Amino acid sequence: MIENYVEDSKMMGRIFDGKESKKGAKNIRFNAEYMIEKLLMLCAGISILAIVLIALFILVRGVPLIAKTGLNDFLFNLKWDPTRGSFGIGTMFIGSLVVTLASMLWSVPLGLLTAVFMAEIAPPSVGNFMARMVELLAGIPSVVYGFFGLVVIVPLIREYLGGNGMSVLAGALILGIMILPTLINISRDAIIAVPREYKEGSLALGATHYQTIRRVIMPAARSGIITAIVLGMGRAIGETMAVVMVTGNSTIIPDGPLTPVRTMTSNIVLEMGYAAGDHQAALFATGTVLFIFIVVLNLIVNISAKAGSQNAAN
Amino acid sequence: MTNRIKIKSKDINLFYRDFQALYNINMDVEENRVTALIGPSGCGKSTFLRILNRLNELIEGTRIDGQVFMDDYAIYDKEINVVDLRKKVGMVFQKPSVFPMSIYENVAYGPKIHGIKDRRRLDEIVEKSLKAANLWQEVSDRLNSSAARLSGGQQQRLVIARVLAVEPQVILMDEPASALDPISTSKLEDLIAELKNNYTIVIVTHNMQQAARVSDYTGFFLNGKLVEFNRTDELFVNPRDKRTEDYITGRFG
Repeated sequence: MIENYVEDSKMMGRIFDGKESKKGAKNIRFNAEYMIEKLLMLCAGISILAIVLIALFILVRGVPLIAKTGLNDFLFNLKWDPTRGSFGIGTMFIGSLVVTLASMLWSVPLGLLTAVFMAEIAPPSVGNFMARMVELLAGIPSVVYGFFGLVVIVPLIREYLGGNGMSVLAGALILGIMILPTLINISRDAIIAVPREYKEGSLALGATHYQTIRRVIMPAARSGIITAIVLGMGRAIGETMAVVMVTGNSTIIPDGPLTPVRTMTSNIVLEMGYAAGDHQAALFATGTVLFIFIVVLNLIVNISAKAGSQNAAN
Repeated sequence: MTNRIKIKSKDINLFYRDFQALYNINMDVEENRVTALIGPSGCGKSTFLRILNRLNELIEGTRIDGQVFMDDYAIYDKEINVVDLRKKVGMVFQKPSVFPMSIYENVAYGPKIHGIKDRRRLDEIVEKSLKAANLWQEVSDRLNSSAARLSGGQQQRLVIARVLAVEPQVILMDEPASALDPISTSKLEDLIAELKNNYTIVIVTHNMQQAARVSDYTGFFLNGKLVEFNRTDELFVNPRDKRTEDYITGRFG
């Protein structure tokens, strides 16, 4: 090591300056190394600082209002009338949950079964091709999904099911499509990562392929599948553009799939243009609630991933 | 003393796409004996073992010619139900493949998928199988704890118990001791000696001493061909083929 180092330094010395002493060359090398490390550290620091600043900003602007109205009142009061000083996001809080859960109701089963098909039943070439297609689906901007929902799904609902079409159902359909890529590709990866020995061991005992999938492969992939579902849920709850475009955005509690609904994200985007003072603070407070939601979901992912890796390690 | 022939392989050829992995394998496996398959890596011994429970079919692009008879029943016939075959022919793998569930559930897995639901009956099968695999004493007080916490040797015996729970007639073992320490290996070999009273065992091993210790018959594979097949005491003392002699004396492999 040391010999190499000296050899290198000699070379460096010659390159930089024929008369440069060995010691000087060593310093140049040392400095370059030092600089690169510091540069990387700076980059990492800026990224983290940006995140911390945004988080702080949201909290600082939002929390005082929550403190003023009281957390309970803010979250569950159904009266949102910001120009008259009534800041209850109850309808939006429920709206976000309803639209998200409704979207997962159909997309989780569909996504999981698709992932099983791609990982276990389709020939590998077909599975890989489908995975590419699904990734493509993930790359479509959300405004395009929203536009599709507005011109295709909303009129269909209005025509065949009634109401004006802008509804919980339209939001759930669009959001479901949007989180399918997350659900499918992460659960497919989890299923593929199940050790081959499990599958062969089960088949060698005379289990059918279906029994093997249901009783051995799926349980073994459980933590990855939970991760997929939770990440999908995070995406659904945070999605804004497509939802604003198709859900009608009334601040009422939806009493059926055909009634319009407003989510927390929609609330922010719809009113941020003209909000000021406490009204603006209330929007930041809405953001705080969303932020906490996402943090909790990510914590669940981390815990489930940790549990999964412990299973695998043993 | 020769026993009844349990498995008869006739002119088995196996192709993996363009590559031929097995050439005209003919072998008679006697009932209640241990038959060892030895040979260097990639010689086809594991592939041949997987012929016997049709596990090669999982790999896309595999084609098999020839026929294997088990008790005069042709296992490569179209009408054969692979699930029934695999119930009769259990398999133990190189890496202990315990499922990520409890010890009890691992053993009960086979009987459950074959339709046994009665809890008491399952309890009996689990106890009997663990006892037969010489594992009962070590785990009887923690049947509901995770199987993944067992040692490698215990896991391998658990896999054997799981196989026994399905009541097979033949047990295939693919280098079952290669991941085990010497003490676990010797326990496993004792177990194999006990099991052959009730089962027909075919074992692939890269360890010639192990083949010599546990088996009654040995087959030596080289480049996809069965070079020599004979009683173990004959094959190791008086190999007929020069290549067998070279291999067992350690000149290659």
